[in-house]
Amino acid sequence: MELKEKIRSFISDNLIVADPNVDRTFTDEDNIFKMGFVNSLFAMKLLNYVENEFDILVDNEDINITNFSSVENIVRLVENKKDMV
Amino acid sequence: MSITEAKCVIWDLDDTIWDGILAENDTVTLKPGIAEILSTLDFRGILNSIASKNNFDDAMQRLKDFGVDHYFLCPEINWNAKSSSVQNIQQKLNIGMDTILFIDDQIFEREEVVNSHPLVECVDALDYSGLTTMARLNPKVITEDSPRRRGMYQDDMKRDVEERNFQGPKEGFLDSLGLHFKISSAGAEDMKRAEELTRRTSQLNASGVIFSYDELDHFRTSPDHELLVCELTDKYGSYGKIGLALIEKGESHWHLRLLLMSCRVISRGVGTVLLTHIMQEAKNAEKELLADFRRTDRNKMMYIMYKFANFKERSKNSTGHLVLENRLEEIPKLPWYIKLEIQNQPYGTKRKNQVIH
Repeated sequence: MELKEKIRSFISDNLIVADPNVDRTFTDEDNIFKMGFVNSLFAMKLLNYVENEFDILVDNEDINITNFSSVENIVRLVENKKDMV
Repeated sequence: MSITEAKCVIWDLDDTIWDGILAENDTVTLKPGIAEILSTLDFRGILNSIASKNNFDDAMQRLKDFGVDHYFLCPEINWNAKSSSVQNIQQKLNIGMDTILFIDDQIFEREEVVNSHPLVECVDALDYSGLTTMARLNPKVITEDSPRRRGMYQDDMKRDVEERNFQGPKEGFLDSLGLHFKISSAGAEDMKRAEELTRRTSQLNASGVIFSYDELDHFRTSPDHELLVCELTDKYGSYGKIGLALIEKGESHWHLRLLLMSCRVISRGVGTVLLTHIMQEAKNAEKELLADFRRTDRNKMMYIMYKFANFKERSKNSTGHLVLENRLEEIPKLPWYIKLEIQNQPYGTKRKNQVIH
């Protein structure tokens, strides 16, 4: 599976959607903070997933809403981190 | 030796809880005073569990015959190494290794456990009658939640089973629980539990600060502070008082000095609910919100929670103490599957020199 697919599938499995009556599908640009309830457990799982699955370390400065707000942005964060290695 | 209060005693069975060896067809008899010790620990909110090499069903049947089986959570009765049994219990209860006591008559077993888990304190079964007088097994405060603790863990396990078996999306399961989250201004009767929470909670304590009973009681009545306690209930019953927040109310901003949640409710996402509520109230009062954070080796989740709620680092001192700030431009919505109730009129009920026109 490619990077984007993995992240999308993780979010899809773990995110609690804000409106139970809407379709659960989302695009790579959709803001997951607006779509769902990003609680502390989900946030922690997402960070651990990204760090372990792609073997990177996300610094405190990079832990923010923008970097994690969409599939697209997470992919960009991971790729930037990988380039730095 | 560590002075952390113990949260769980893990018992061996043969020649520890009872005299005799069950697998060798001995007629086993409960050691004198064991039932009283289990009941005393249970009342104090200390959990009991088992790591024993035996056949599960035989051993549980004996404990039932003795009328003490209900005391034990997550019993590990099998033929595995006791270090692995201890680890299983620790993970299922989600508590620190340094809060576990292991009691066994065999020095081999005690050494095998301590070799893998150096933070576990091991006690020789010969000394079992002294357990209830050990300092670590005498919590400074016993609260109304203490005797209920075992029952609350048992409820948690039922929830876990149901969650694993639930078909469909996660929010469907959460909705089926009927979660009810109550936030209230702390009353005098909440002070013991509030102090206990600050001492027991390490994973989800944002500032890592521990306040004494007197300090908390001062904040409760101070006009410049708001002390909030939270209780979570669902269809299985109450999770008890599981959250605490201390807000210092300044002219231009509110400052969160303390925010903590019991580890037992992590999976319900209520830490975020409490924080969101405080953000909304601060916004209503037209204040900015600041929050103290001190990193420990266990509380990273709280840092992430703040950052994902759009808090930014404002200042950091040389000891690593952070102040985070939030301009409250955008406040997340509350989850629809949690019913929120606000009690005892927090915010603005205690006023300095209240003027009545």
